[in-house]
Amino acid sequence: MTTTDATAVPVRPRRQNPRGDQVFHAAATAAGVAVLLLIVAIAAFLIARAAPAYHRAGWRFLTEREWFPDDPSRAFGILALAFGTIVSAVLALILAVPVALGSALFLTELAPPALGRWVGHLVDLLAAVPSVVYGLWGVYYLVPRLIPVSRFLDRTLGFIPLFDSRNNTYGRSLFAAAVVLAIMVLPIVAAIAREVFRQVPTADREAALALGATRWEAIRLAVLPYSRGGVVGAVMLGLGRALGETIAIALVLAASFKVDIHVLEPGGNTIAANIATKFGESGAHGREALIASGLVLFAITLVVNVVARGVVYRSAIAAEGRP
Amino acid sequence: MSAALGVGLGGVVSASTRRRRSVVNAIACTALGASVVIALIPLALVLGYTISKGSKALTGSFLTHSMRGVGPLDGTGGAYHAIIGTLEQVLIASLIAIPLGLLVAVYIVEYGRGPLRSAVRFLIDVMTGIPSIVAGLFIFAFWVLGLHRGFSGLAAGLALAVLMLPVVVRSAEEMLKLVPDNLREASYALGIPRWRTVVSVVLPTASAGITTGVMLAVARVTGETAPLLLTAFGYDAIRTSPAKGPQSGLPLFVFQQAGSAFDVAVRRAWAGALTLIAIVLVLTVVARVVAGRSQLKAN
Repeated sequence: MTTTDATAVPVRPRRQNPRGDQVFHAAATAAGVAVLLLIVAIAAFLIARAAPAYHRAGWRFLTEREWFPDDPSRAFGILALAFGTIVSAVLALILAVPVALGSALFLTELAPPALGRWVGHLVDLLAAVPSVVYGLWGVYYLVPRLIPVSRFLDRTLGFIPLFDSRNNTYGRSLFAAAVVLAIMVLPIVAAIAREVFRQVPTADREAALALGATRWEAIRLAVLPYSRGGVVGAVMLGLGRALGETIAIALVLAASFKVDIHVLEPGGNTIAANIATKFGESGAHGREALIASGLVLFAITLVVNVVARGVVYRSAIAAEGRP
Repeated sequence: MSAALGVGLGGVVSASTRRRRSVVNAIACTALGASVVIALIPLALVLGYTISKGSKALTGSFLTHSMRGVGPLDGTGGAYHAIIGTLEQVLIASLIAIPLGLLVAVYIVEYGRGPLRSAVRFLIDVMTGIPSIVAGLFIFAFWVLGLHRGFSGLAAGLALAVLMLPVVVRSAEEMLKLVPDNLREASYALGIPRWRTVVSVVLPTASAGITTGVMLAVARVTGETAPLLLTAFGYDAIRTSPAKGPQSGLPLFVFQQAGSAFDVAVRRAWAGALTLIAIVLVLTVVARVVAGRSQLKAN
């Protein structure tokens, strides 16, 4: 690109059709500006429609668990929804990240390159399955099969509140939602992690192997330290995806508005799933309240994504800056 | 390790250490291999279960009938209206997001400079992370309520375009960057203006990769349910005009049938899920094949 700006070029190609070039340049710049305006518009319209709901709820929006925005006597708030959103997303990452990183390491470091590419595409296919299909499969296939798993966790680890089910009921719980979410974020974390591991210079690995390191030691000493920043970024992008997932959770969870760490018990709800399940039956006030909750989700995912991108960029720059 | 204890002291240390290291290595490599298998199990289970459930329910009549006049206990009815809706909504989204996305990518790679370029790149990254339900809420607040247009397939197309745009931009940007500068310079040397160079040299060179990115973007939005819920809303009968009133869409159809308590509706949900997964997977696999034919390789 810099070559076109070189004044030493005698031909001056741009003079032949200055009009066409100006128009095209203007159109491309306008498209870039349109992206800016679109983001501003998204924030502005959500804030404008959410403001009346914030006004009605006041500070109770942050502390209230129930969700009765259309009922003048009852309040509504984000507390239970935000709790469920964060707990299900964090549980999903705890389940998904070891598998995602392990498979990415195997496919980039241990498998023959051709096999690694093919199996990588297969893992990517997990990301292509629509979330409504995961939801349907989750309700009819996974939830019944997770009941014995939940019961086992309750019996063996029930002394920890997280694994305790006080009335011995299991099923459409935050735990089940987290397992479905884990399957959905796995391909995203794995795909970015594969890219990150591929950036590690071959010389670093070969140096470790030449010093007599085993394959695993080369991974631990050369690959992992080098790619730490990128891996953190990949996990955070997975978190952003898990926080915003809607339909699969709306189908899997038996919605209830509670702040309760007993994740094996049925119930719980998330911001996104609540919008999907409540939207159809809501009146004008209810929809404003849902937009207000959606704005909170937007803000959370925005922060997570911006931080994640920052981490990935910084590690990429650090990687490029190495001698 | 105990077998090595009989040997001399130096031998014990080195032999047992070596033994321990190779055991750790074997365990770690096995664990990494196992995680690949664990990652692929859900894919097999989801596809297998959807195919086995869906193939029993998927009939010719399912694909050619709408839900108009179908009672809650009737086993008849189908997704014809939803398939029409999805085709129209995805077409609208593509008509907006593909040209706009290509222009944004051309701006970033060929024309942009300074803080505006950095801002656009950053915001495209931010847009990739917007949850699909938020895109739906935006179009609901802006189009359905703000402009009083009501629920429609067109509104759904707009919401899908918001989700599609960053995917198109990112993939097109990556491909445009791979086009060697030699080609651009050769074109300039022939006296071809910059915009003609972009249209006739740069874009065609990157076309296979861009096609792949566009198809993956189409596949992604075809499966989106959440935005449809807030913009198309759903409708039981065939509605061919995307601008007039609520419309259904295939993912929305699956979601609404799945939420029913009746077995006949759940059967329709499985048939719809199989149809949806077939469309999305065919798009994805064809996109990969196109990528394999590309002259430009990422690495």
